[in-house]
Amino acid sequence: MDFPTFLVQCLNAIQYGLLLFLVASGLTLIFGIMGVINLAHGSFYMIGAYLAYLLAPMFGDHFITMLVAGMLMAAVFGFVLEWVFFSFLYGRDHLQQVLMTYALILVFEELRSILVGNEVHGVQAPGWLAGGISLGGMMTYPAYNLFASAACLVVAFALYWVVNRTRLGMMVRAGASNRDMTRGLGINIRLLYRAVFAGGVALAALAGMIAAPAASVYPGMGGGVLIMCFVVVVIGGIGSISGALLAALLVGFVDTFGKVFFAQLSGIGVYVLMAVILVWRPQGLRNKGF
Amino acid sequence: MHSSVPLAAGAVAPRARWRGDWLAPAAVAVVLAFAPLVLETYYQELVMKIVIYAIFALSLELLAGTTGLVSLGHAAFFGIGAYATALAAPQYEAGSPLLLLGLSMLAAAAYALLVGALSLRTREVYFIMVTLAFAQMAYFVFHDTPIGGGSDGMYLMMRPVLKAGDTVLADFERPLHLYFAALGLLVLCYAFLALVLRSRFGHALAGIRINEQRMRAAGFQTYRYKLAAFVLAGALAGIAGFLYVSKNGVVNPELLSWHESGAVLMMIILGGLGSLRGAVIGAAAFVLLKEFYSSEALLGPAIAGRWQLTLGLTMIAFVALLPKGLVGIGRRFSFKRSRP
Repeated sequence: MDFPTFLVQCLNAIQYGLLLFLVASGLTLIFGIMGVINLAHGSFYMIGAYLAYLLAPMFGDHFITMLVAGMLMAAVFGFVLEWVFFSFLYGRDHLQQVLMTYALILVFEELRSILVGNEVHGVQAPGWLAGGISLGGMMTYPAYNLFASAACLVVAFALYWVVNRTRLGMMVRAGASNRDMTRGLGINIRLLYRAVFAGGVALAALAGMIAAPAASVYPGMGGGVLIMCFVVVVIGGIGSISGALLAALLVGFVDTFGKVFFAQLSGIGVYVLMAVILVWRPQGLRNKGF
Repeated sequence: MHSSVPLAAGAVAPRARWRGDWLAPAAVAVVLAFAPLVLETYYQELVMKIVIYAIFALSLELLAGTTGLVSLGHAAFFGIGAYATALAAPQYEAGSPLLLLGLSMLAAAAYALLVGALSLRTREVYFIMVTLAFAQMAYFVFHDTPIGGGSDGMYLMMRPVLKAGDTVLADFERPLHLYFAALGLLVLCYAFLALVLRSRFGHALAGIRINEQRMRAAGFQTYRYKLAAFVLAGALAGIAGFLYVSKNGVVNPELLSWHESGAVLMMIILGGLGSLRGAVIGAAAFVLLKEFYSSEALLGPAIAGRWQLTLGLTMIAFVALLPKGLVGIGRRFSFKRSRP
């Protein structure tokens, strides 16, 4: 493997890892705060990708405006979803929530099929990101993919800032470490739940929208991402955002280079990684704090 | 010293409930045994499908309902059981069902030992995710490598035939023989699990579900108990896998997919966790609902093609209205607590 190829693979790994991080951070936040195992989280990623497919022709070159608009729509969607389907489940067994989210996957898949059909779609990258960047020799790297990584990084830093430096983030951290005490201090935990859920949905949808032009948009794309996110959350430590970032990048590298070196067994590498980490640290890489 | 430990609520006066508990399942088994006399082939197939999924659901019930270990990767053992039969069956002659059944159970149990040894180091949500991930790993092994025909799967060329000397006792090529084999295995599994739940081992598992810390303090090596339950559940799922391939004659990686793992978990939650009959009722309800919603004859092609939507909405309604599962409906009207 020569250097430019190596560089390209590294960039691919980082891009994949960062996208996974966006989805997994929502999953880990929702679990950390609300104790909900959201199987439907992959569906939000899929919804995001289809949103990009529907919105891209309308917004044209205003790609970033589109991302913001899509995120807002997804947040509103998440807010309503939590209200209608989850708010009455908190007192109940965790498994009731698992059943609910599984049922939601079926509903989302079918609604997607009714609304936009079952075909595989591509999404055009905006004009100003269409070209490639030369890496020396014959190698070029698509400008859009660099943009995707950069956008994910910006969101990751924004998330870090919100959780660690703002009043909302303080409430989120308080809710995660002690639910009852937080409620006792007069914080509206119901509203906090709804906000966190909406945020998680928005992050997953954003990841879907960013991924759409780099990959294709297809039915069932949520399932694969969901399981990868589970792996990320398990490796990183549940409820930890920094752990999720570390784990997502690790998974990105193992998966990408696994495909290069062991093409036939590439699907398995990530799970072997998970098994090794489990033997070494059963609670994940970072199990305390954010 | 172990036996003096006060255990879970399930340990209260087992003898008094003995007869009542057996009546309903035994009656159902007898009815099903005579059902082929009146049922058309289509309905026989449907009952067989329910029976197979009921065995699958029972195996998960031992883990999730009894021991409190919620696995979202149980389809791996079902699929591995099915693949073991398909791979080990001779190409040009019928294999022995006992041998193939044993192999299926062994293969599933072996993978369960590996997965259990690792995933039981974690608990609760981690456990859910880790079992899911390991099942996905097995899925990719069959999906990406040519062992079992890759993503297309493989056929079982000749269905097994049970012979004693030269006389054929059961030919699985004949649907009726397979029907009775499946029903017999379900009865065996149910009775076996009912005995397990009444044994010291079963009470220890229930104790682990309720308070693992206390069980450990009482001197139980809970990890070993949980691992034993995990391997046992894997082996029982292997039985369901063996029956599946004997009935359908084909296996593919989707048998191991997380949709299948999710479906079987849904069955036992739908039926009501914590009772064997709940698992069977849940399996029947899930299969029948899916069959009903995807039936073009009953609902017309427009609605039948959208069965995921109708099934999903029905399940949401179940969650909202029946927090204790289908078994809970019966309990609401009777004072007698019935488990398993």
